[in-house]
Amino acid sequence: MTDTSSQIAFVQKEPIPESPPPSTAAGPVKWMRDNLFSGWLNSLLTLAALWAIYVILSGTLPWLLNGVWNADSLAECREILNGKTGACFAVLAERWNQLLFGFKYPADLYWRPTLAFVLLFVAVAPVLFFDLPRKLLMFTALYPFIAFYLIWGGTIWSPIFALAGFAAWYMVFERLGKNSFVQGFFGGAAVAAIVWGIGSFITGAIAPEEPFLQAVPSRDLGGFMLNMMLGVTCVSLSIPIGIVLALGRQSDMPLIKIICVVFIEFIRGVPLITLLFVASVMLAYFFPPDSTVDLFLRVVIMITVFSAAYIAEVIRGGLAALPTGQYEAADSLGLDYPQAMRLIILPQALKISIPGIVNVAVGLFKDTTLVSVISMFDLLGMIRGPILASTEWNGVYWELLGFAALLFFVVCYGISQYSQWLERRLATDHR
Amino acid sequence: MKKSVFLGALTVAGLAAAAAAAGTVDDVKARGKLNCGVTTGLVGFAAPDANGEWNGFDVAVCRGVAAAVLGDPAAVEFVPTTGKTRFTALASGEIDMLARNTTWTFSRDVDLKFTFVGVNYYDGQGFMVPKDLGVSSAKELDGATVCIQTGTTTELNLADFFRSNNISYEPVPIETNAEAQQQYLAGACDVYTTDASGLAATRATFEDPAAHVLLPEIISKEPLGPLVRHGDNEWGDVVRWTLNALITAEELGVTSANIGEMAAGTNNPEINRLLGTEGTLGEMLGLDAEWAKRAIMAGGNYGEIFAKNIGEDTPIGLARGLNAQWTEGGLLYSPPFR
Repeated sequence: MTDTSSQIAFVQKEPIPESPPPSTAAGPVKWMRDNLFSGWLNSLLTLAALWAIYVILSGTLPWLLNGVWNADSLAECREILNGKTGACFAVLAERWNQLLFGFKYPADLYWRPTLAFVLLFVAVAPVLFFDLPRKLLMFTALYPFIAFYLIWGGTIWSPIFALAGFAAWYMVFERLGKNSFVQGFFGGAAVAAIVWGIGSFITGAIAPEEPFLQAVPSRDLGGFMLNMMLGVTCVSLSIPIGIVLALGRQSDMPLIKIICVVFIEFIRGVPLITLLFVASVMLAYFFPPDSTVDLFLRVVIMITVFSAAYIAEVIRGGLAALPTGQYEAADSLGLDYPQAMRLIILPQALKISIPGIVNVAVGLFKDTTLVSVISMFDLLGMIRGPILASTEWNGVYWELLGFAALLFFVVCYGISQYSQWLERRLATDHR
Repeated sequence: MKKSVFLGALTVAGLAAAAAAAGTVDDVKARGKLNCGVTTGLVGFAAPDANGEWNGFDVAVCRGVAAAVLGDPAAVEFVPTTGKTRFTALASGEIDMLARNTTWTFSRDVDLKFTFVGVNYYDGQGFMVPKDLGVSSAKELDGATVCIQTGTTTELNLADFFRSNNISYEPVPIETNAEAQQQYLAGACDVYTTDASGLAATRATFEDPAAHVLLPEIISKEPLGPLVRHGDNEWGDVVRWTLNALITAEELGVTSANIGEMAAGTNNPEINRLLGTEGTLGEMLGLDAEWAKRAIMAGGNYGEIFAKNIGEDTPIGLARGLNAQWTEGGLLYSPPFR
């Protein structure tokens, strides 16, 4: 027997120090091997993608970085560039105010729409993020009147009386709505109409000659401001109208059902551009030349009607997705129709409808550029009309349209991101 | 009996309506502003500048009329119209006159019930080709690819021209002028055809305008002029004679520079009648004696307006061509002020 232990040549007494993994199994190399070059097909695709990125960047980067910001005309831009590739951003530097506010909005009043735009974020925040204190909704309710006063100016009494009408409506609804929703709603509407009638009469009498904020007619609005105004107004108006239409379409009462069905199907069967032409062209025949309804209002009505019909169908989809059990549960609790809708059905149906509603809202926001066809100078109208038609800037396409695309992208991407957050926030199922 | 009363009432109502519809001059004076329809933007003809101030060849007509009627060339509310909204805007009374490079055609005059008061620009469809192509006449364009805006009269004119000359072409349909510029520059077509003024304006925006030529052939007639509604001849006269005053002023050598001394009285009786120192032309028109003087001072005579907005010294660089005075071989021929 021999002592085996003494014959062992080497015993590892302490652990081998940790060595870094081989460079092919960790770090960027591994990541690249896993994600970019995990097979000959993927390697090929990676190389192709890299090449595509290179081609795009080598085309656009010199153009972007060489951009000329200081020039008076396209010809001067070209002189400065002297044959090199480069963008002529000077057009944005010179005409940014026209792109944002239109060419007729008084330059010394730009602070007013800007302030209204900033306040918009304060106003929509409590609606969008319901973790914020509910008291902020007070400001949201006031915001339309503040924004109207800021953008259009004129006498302060018109927004005040408009607000008073809605306040009266709300008070009557509070009083009567406890017993009957319908009674409260229409009673309130009647009272509001009376307040507005008296208000318009008084406003005409007491409006000062020189209002505190200079009045700006609707015709002078333009640029991206017009797109934002149309988009925000029409989306916020068309969601409640769309809900009402969707409920009306599901109603058991034949008259209401028929009205809603005909309305939705008719509006959905007509292109938006047709409705806009009706608003701008046909209605002018029906009113005397002096007393037309404001063009902005006409367009708002038409776009709202259009998107309300679409939103109604989206919400109907949400309502249809709810199991019958939910309706029956509401009935079995003894809730009446408005209560059942408000407390049980709509919260679930609207949650299901979020992607569809956002889809309509984004589409609607981009559709507001269609008003350039009826000679309103929204962002696209400004570019296609006055700016490209000026002798200095005729021929600058990429810079202007790229700028417009950027503005629209920022807003639409924002809406999309918000809706995804909202869906995550509202997720109660176990997907 | 009953029927005749009814018809009588109808007639009275009709007359009252006509009376209410008439009197655009008075409407404009009462309003203190002329509502003038212009394009939403066309290089050289009408476009607002960086300060939102409208300028251009068509705009000058509006300013002239405003100066004649209201005494202030700035008293104009410019109502931008598109090709689709322009006629309804005029017919519905939203605008008092339309000065929007609109071609005077039979159907627009007769069927749409407008009165074209004259022609302020004689346009016509032309061709633009790159110089490298080595073409000097449109008749050498056999087999060429042609960029053409769809759905316009230019498309029909082009087909007629090529058929009557027995040559073939391949159309490249495009939607807008902007698209046409890009297509043409990218070489998608050999030839671009549209109104000659538009071609010149387009060429002016190219990096190297000298590398492109306009062919001498003009294949259609496009007389562009201001128009008003049917049914108010007094107003039509005001606009017509304001335009004629601008044209006559050039013919008689009255410019915005020398109008001051001319208005003091000259030994040319027609100038005196035009500027109101002799005769009662203004009164006949329902305006004061100096109406034409103010119209000319607003932007100069026709020649000055042309030179300032679209003439050879501007980037657009249009030659007078057909738009020269009749004394210089053009078509501008104002009836006499007598």
